[in-house]
Amino acid sequence: MEDTGPGQGGAERLHCVVRFSEKNEPGYDYGQSDLQNLNNGTMRLQIEKLNVFVNGYHILKDVDLVVYKGEIHSILGANGTGKSSLAYTIMGLESYEVRSGRILFEGEDITRLPVWERARRGITLAWQEPARFEGLTVRQYLLLSRRASKKGPPPEEALLRVGLEPSRYLDRALDESLSGGERKRIELASVLAMMPKLVILDEPDSGIDALSINFITDSIRLFAKLGASVLLITHHEEVAAMADRSSTMCGGTVLKTGSPDEVARFYRLHCRECEHVNEPEEEVARNV
Amino acid sequence: MSEAVSNLLKGIDYSKEFELLVEAYEKSGGTPEVLKSDKYASLAIHGNHVLGKNEVRGLRVETVETENGVRVKVQVEPGVRIQNPVHLCFGLVPEEGLQEIISDFDIGEEAEVKFIAHCSFPNALRIKHVMDSTIRLRRGAKMTYSETHFHGDEGGIEVLPTTRATLEEGAVFENEFKLVKGAVGRLKIDFKAKVGEKAVCEIYAKVYGKGDDDIVVSESLHLLGARSKGLAKSRIAVTDRARSEVIGEIVGDAAYSRGHVDCVEVIRGREAQVSAVPRLLVRDDTAKLTHEAAIGSVDKKQVETLMARGLTEDEAVDVIVSGMLR
Repeated sequence: MEDTGPGQGGAERLHCVVRFSEKNEPGYDYGQSDLQNLNNGTMRLQIEKLNVFVNGYHILKDVDLVVYKGEIHSILGANGTGKSSLAYTIMGLESYEVRSGRILFEGEDITRLPVWERARRGITLAWQEPARFEGLTVRQYLLLSRRASKKGPPPEEALLRVGLEPSRYLDRALDESLSGGERKRIELASVLAMMPKLVILDEPDSGIDALSINFITDSIRLFAKLGASVLLITHHEEVAAMADRSSTMCGGTVLKTGSPDEVARFYRLHCRECEHVNEPEEEVARNV
Repeated sequence: MSEAVSNLLKGIDYSKEFELLVEAYEKSGGTPEVLKSDKYASLAIHGNHVLGKNEVRGLRVETVETENGVRVKVQVEPGVRIQNPVHLCFGLVPEEGLQEIISDFDIGEEAEVKFIAHCSFPNALRIKHVMDSTIRLRRGAKMTYSETHFHGDEGGIEVLPTTRATLEEGAVFENEFKLVKGAVGRLKIDFKAKVGEKAVCEIYAKVYGKGDDDIVVSESLHLLGARSKGLAKSRIAVTDRARSEVIGEIVGDAAYSRGHVDCVEVIRGREAQVSAVPRLLVRDDTAKLTHEAAIGSVDKKQVETLMARGLTEDEAVDVIVSGMLR
């Protein structure tokens, strides 16, 4: 869970001023030109003026975002800027209270739908730290994931796709006996087994060794190849670079959207060194 | 209720006793064939009747029928490794009754044996099932005892298993109690073990309480020998108005003894209740005991993970609880 309290940081104002002065206007079209040939620009996810609160704290502020069909869209940002909160809100997790704005999925307003109904429409999420389940085997977990769509590959194939040997893993328990890297790859296999339309990956690259990261980036490309859209949360520019488009977040809002190079440059210049995190909106506005 | 059961309840057809017990045994997860096979040692008891008994080389089973049950003495000769599991089938098919199984297990030095017990009470309305076990594992012996219960849905049953185990040097004892099918009724597990030098005792309890079930699991491991080890692990789920209490005690009385209490109790619904009471006592400055307990609702992240795969909240909780009790 990201830090959502008010007044975190605050001493460093300069970067915030620069960032907000360069922020894309609401209803931006930055980077869309690159996507003209991507599935005819069909929008899969559209977020409009989304304001979200957790325990009374305003954590997402007027967020606008579009993810196209088949697009890999990376969200780049420092810790505590609202990336994971955005992921959890799209998935519909209980603690994230949407007070205004809308989330449209394939044109349907899903803002008030429970998690499982979003999942059955084709949205899923892979957590940064995937849950572990006592008594549940990898095979059972993958079969449960496949149940929603019945279109995904069987467990054996899903594991092979993420570089795990089925005979070694299928009957293992999904518990602490698995390393962090193994668990993350199994999580991706479970997403693949579900064959979703929108995959939200919350920092799939964190805590991963060099070999595993190749399997993870390959999986992300595979999702897109199979027609899924991918919302890729990361704070690694190299991983963000594999996307078709990128956005960067700060203080609970999307600052800029564009090509991965453009956004990474912006991030390097204005965000990476910034200690400011989730300042209350009023103060940010005063600084601007 | 089947015709055969009705007849049995009326006292008409006792010849069906074995057949009915086996039917209940199968429902509890047992494999009927093993009760009739010469390859497996087995013992089938209905009420106070010994309906079947098979011994294998190195394992002796003596039984004495009493007014309300059976006295059982099981001996495994020193150095003998019993290849196949020994199957025990206990139970009562009628709605009412008392069954007392008083058992004495004596596992010889360096012997090795595994028991799989099924206790079936499919029609219980007013049944009391008492299990008093004395277990002795001699030096280097290994024993696994896995007991699975199958009850009807009425909950009219009291299950009172009491175990007193003694583990000599280097002995290994693993004990599992599982009651996840049907209503528990009133369950009071009372398990105490004295663990000798370099011996290892691990006990597991898995129970799913519903309706007005009342569950008390009291486990105590006394680590008396140097470098002895103990683990008391409980997994309990309760719903409706069921209640559970787990008392996990380990006493570290010997040099470098190690013990751990691990308790997870999951509650569903507003009227159920769970409690956990770990008690650790150390009387040697090289001993180390630990405990962990998680009681309350099902882990939210686990539920949300499964919901993000398309399961409803109830389906997700069912999967998590079933896994925990597996």
